[in-house]
Amino acid sequence: MKTFKIGGVHPEENKLSAGCPIREAGLPKQAVFSMFQHIGAPANPVVKKGDVVKVGTLLGEANGFVSAPVYSSVSGKVSKVDVALDASGLRRMAVTVDVEGDEWDENIDRSAELVRLEERPELDAKAIVEKIKAAGIVGMGGATFPTHVKLCPPPGKVAECVIVNAVECEPYLTADHSLMLAHPEEILVGLRLVMKAVGVNKAYIGIECNKPDAISLMTEKAKQYPEIEVVPLQMKYPQGGEKQLIDAIIGRQVPAPPALPIDTGAIVQNVGTCYAIYEAVMKNKPLIERVITVTGKSLSQPSNLLARLGTPFSQLIDECGGLPEDTGKIIGGGPMMGKALLSLDVPMTKGSSGLLIMNRSEAKRAEMEPCIRCAKCVGVCAMGLEPYLLAKVSGQRDWDAAEQNDITSCIECGSCQFTCPSHRPLLDYIRLGKSTVMGIIRSRATKK
Amino acid sequence: MANKFIVSLSPHVHSGDSVRQNMYGVCIALLPAMLASFYFFGLGAVTVMLTSVLACVFFEWAITKFVLKRQRLTILDGSAVLTGMLLAFNLPSNLPLWIIVLGALFAIGVGKMTFGGLGQNVFNPALAGRVFLLISFPVQMTTWPVSGEMSYLDAQTAATPLSLMQKAIIEKDASVLNDLPASMDMLIGQTGGSLGEVSALLLLLGAAFMLWKKIITWHIPVSIIGTVLVFAGLLHLCNPIYADPLQVIFSGGLMLGACYMATDYVTSPMSYKGQLVYGISIGLLTVIIRNWGAYPEGMSFAIIIMNAFTPLINTYCKPKRFGEVVRKEGTK
Amino acid sequence: MNLILLAIIALGAIGLIAALLLYFASRKFAVHEDERIGEVSAVLPQANCGGCGFPGCSGFAGACVKSADEKGSIEGLLCPVGGQAVMEQVAGILGMTAEASAPKVAVVRCNGTCENRPRLVDFDGAQSCKVQQMTGMGETGCAYGCLGCGDCVTACQFGAIRINPETLLPEVDEEKCTACGACAKACPRQIIEIRLKGSKNRRMVVLCNNKDKGAIANKCCTVSCIGCGKCVKVCEKFEAITLTNNLAYIDAEKCKLCRKCEEACPKSAIHAFNMPPRKPKAEISEVPVAPSKTE
Repeated sequence: MKTFKIGGVHPEENKLSAGCPIREAGLPKQAVFSMFQHIGAPANPVVKKGDVVKVGTLLGEANGFVSAPVYSSVSGKVSKVDVALDASGLRRMAVTVDVEGDEWDENIDRSAELVRLEERPELDAKAIVEKIKAAGIVGMGGATFPTHVKLCPPPGKVAECVIVNAVECEPYLTADHSLMLAHPEEILVGLRLVMKAVGVNKAYIGIECNKPDAISLMTEKAKQYPEIEVVPLQMKYPQGGEKQLIDAIIGRQVPAPPALPIDTGAIVQNVGTCYAIYEAVMKNKPLIERVITVTGKSLSQPSNLLARLGTPFSQLIDECGGLPEDTGKIIGGGPMMGKALLSLDVPMTKGSSGLLIMNRSEAKRAEMEPCIRCAKCVGVCAMGLEPYLLAKVSGQRDWDAAEQNDITSCIECGSCQFTCPSHRPLLDYIRLGKSTVMGIIRSRATKK
Repeated sequence: MANKFIVSLSPHVHSGDSVRQNMYGVCIALLPAMLASFYFFGLGAVTVMLTSVLACVFFEWAITKFVLKRQRLTILDGSAVLTGMLLAFNLPSNLPLWIIVLGALFAIGVGKMTFGGLGQNVFNPALAGRVFLLISFPVQMTTWPVSGEMSYLDAQTAATPLSLMQKAIIEKDASVLNDLPASMDMLIGQTGGSLGEVSALLLLLGAAFMLWKKIITWHIPVSIIGTVLVFAGLLHLCNPIYADPLQVIFSGGLMLGACYMATDYVTSPMSYKGQLVYGISIGLLTVIIRNWGAYPEGMSFAIIIMNAFTPLINTYCKPKRFGEVVRKEGTK
Repeated sequence: MNLILLAIIALGAIGLIAALLLYFASRKFAVHEDERIGEVSAVLPQANCGGCGFPGCSGFAGACVKSADEKGSIEGLLCPVGGQAVMEQVAGILGMTAEASAPKVAVVRCNGTCENRPRLVDFDGAQSCKVQQMTGMGETGCAYGCLGCGDCVTACQFGAIRINPETLLPEVDEEKCTACGACAKACPRQIIEIRLKGSKNRRMVVLCNNKDKGAIANKCCTVSCIGCGKCVKVCEKFEAITLTNNLAYIDAEKCKLCRKCEEACPKSAIHAFNMPPRKPKAEISEVPVAPSKTE
């Protein structure tokens, strides 16, 4: 079975909600729509206090090419256009809507009927990209990079294949898994839309072998499309990383920055993104809801919820049995790369793939010991870096050494810190070094 | 708010691995060989082992507490116990106690704590202790009791396979090698020598355990043993006064050194490439010192020498970066 | 005898060859440096703090010499550590006159002590402000206040700044502070300002960096600036106080140390440094007035 070549770890899976069908979450009383739900320029709010909005009404327009619009996922009245705490831990511009009823924009097709690509022959590549751009679709795996940007390769770069990221290597998370079991046909149509948009006729769907039901279902459904191949992959973290996935499936490695994944000829899309593309293009439905895994060992009812964007996390937890007493940490995303939340009163966004509750004993980091130079971090680094060295020079603020040792290649997967027997906060320091070195490189570029 | 949430950067989970687990893992891997040494050398081996371990732990405790005045005591992390065990494995079973204590003091005091404790030392502490003793007390350190003698101190002494091998080279007489025990016997452990030289088989068993537990990787032991096998084999083919390569790898402290001493985390290189360079160099140096050096055993010197080169290896042997291969192909 | 002679010849020959090698090497690799750079360098503090903006003291010395040669003055160059005294010495070496510069000091513009600003979450990670900054707002509800991990303490070469264990805020030792600015650069939230020391070290400072709107700033900290503008009004005469991004700022050059703003501030965010204690009369007459205004 295929996998990527360098490094990797095997965290405990803990897929508690595997096999739970997707459940629809209730409407929130108040929904908060951050204008910062994607990488790139934030959206510009186009509504003001007192405006009446429907499901699917534009709240914020895209501000430039690398940006994405934000739509309302609820109907009601705008009560605030002001800064609000979001999942990043900062107070940033957001639109708050007081929910009244559930009235949808009439252009959205809410029927469950499958629309095949052949039924809409008028859609050409440009039209598909335009629709994706208008629907505000971003990478749903958590990176939240605007999808239409990825579908427009820079001049001189040619896409050869599309890879669907259905790996879900993060422990605990099962959102993509449940989505594949529920909507395999739609995902395949979404994938074919992507293929048409970038003009390639080869696609792979990479699924880790801990999801045998999804592999068999997708393989069976993909039989009708000979150009789509389902590739079962070995279980190894961080296989869901874009670079690692390309290496695992087509055996090509993305060169060090500033090279982009497109240099290998592959375009990677998350399986959730494919589904959102299907809904946007075929059903005229902008990105207003997504599947999120709400899980945790102490949570009474781990589930996969289909929730409207903007729903506060506290409500999602209430729907899964309420916040356990001894909660120590709440993580937006998975345990390896997710972000610890400062408060439960933050809304879910386009990139919220999971919500993980940890109790106090799990949450507390163990006491740090001296580095014993065991080289385990070097062995597991999926980018072939030396985390012990990068962390050391970052701690000493030796930015030149950090840059020489390719700190900017780090994908922040956390494998080094996960494996460190001395419980050293390696990634904390590497992030510090990486962000500083990136700043230095940027300022050098502007000087020139 | 009574229950404050904890906030930290990712990752939020840990493998559960710890320094202690690794250190005691090596100790467990050494247990079968230790029991074998007790069986072959009797009470003497037990005395040497106990003295060495206790002395190492004591010095670690005393130095952290009274010299470095640190709050955190490190005696429970297992590194001192491991140093003690490894040091004992490098000593003959009839060594006077005071020499062992002196060796432990050098190993922990000079070999480890002067550099700042665990993780900072340049040389493997146990080896530093052994080399110190070997240079200071060459007579006591190189008279080994006959295997199977159960007494302590007044045991008969005998020539070891290694001294026989060297004798053959010096006298240029291959017939001396006929006195060598068969390589099968050496594998199981019926030879004289230090505690850890007895049973190559049990040492290999322990190494297999460490590989299974992912305490060590294969790179260092395999590269050392492979290099010695190839180099000694070539010499044996050229001239039969050099011993059979199988006898070479099963004799002396080679197995112990290759699997337990050279793989010491702190003093070995970080990248796989570096570990291979390190292992091959140790293998070459060992054969060179054994055959043409003043001492019959070259393993400990070879490791110590390469320990000194480890920082240099770390500087020049970087792991293969992701995407490096493609970059080269692309420029073609 | 022969042996001794041989030894002398051998050693002598080796010595001669080595001397020749050294001679040619020193000629070949000689670095010509303006000797004034060495002289200037000698009077500098040699802390290599980088506070002047050059890489270390020798870099600064080089810049001084270059500036003196090219522009005929060392204007704009200042060793913040050595201050006026050292610059005069430097000017003397280079045959110039030093311009006068007022002494400065680092000021921590946050008063969010444990009592003033409750901790909402616990940060668990590497003890670095920059790392904590990456988690978002940090432990408190204030996105602009001190994170308390002591990046400024690590940056200070002079031991002039330390974290007070009770307040968890950095404190500047005015005697030791050389205003080199290393702490200000290290702070990820730009809380530390290098300010004019003021006559008799007296100065008025808004001890807050919060640029949030009043309601949010008010909620997260008891002594935050809420941008109400009362201080700006009482200072109309001198126009020393400006309000930008919901945050008041006192211009040290215009401030006349009248302390009216301190009284006017409803949140006690304005702090007077090294001022003599107020006369008891004034305290009695003014304290009851202030709260009634805010209510």
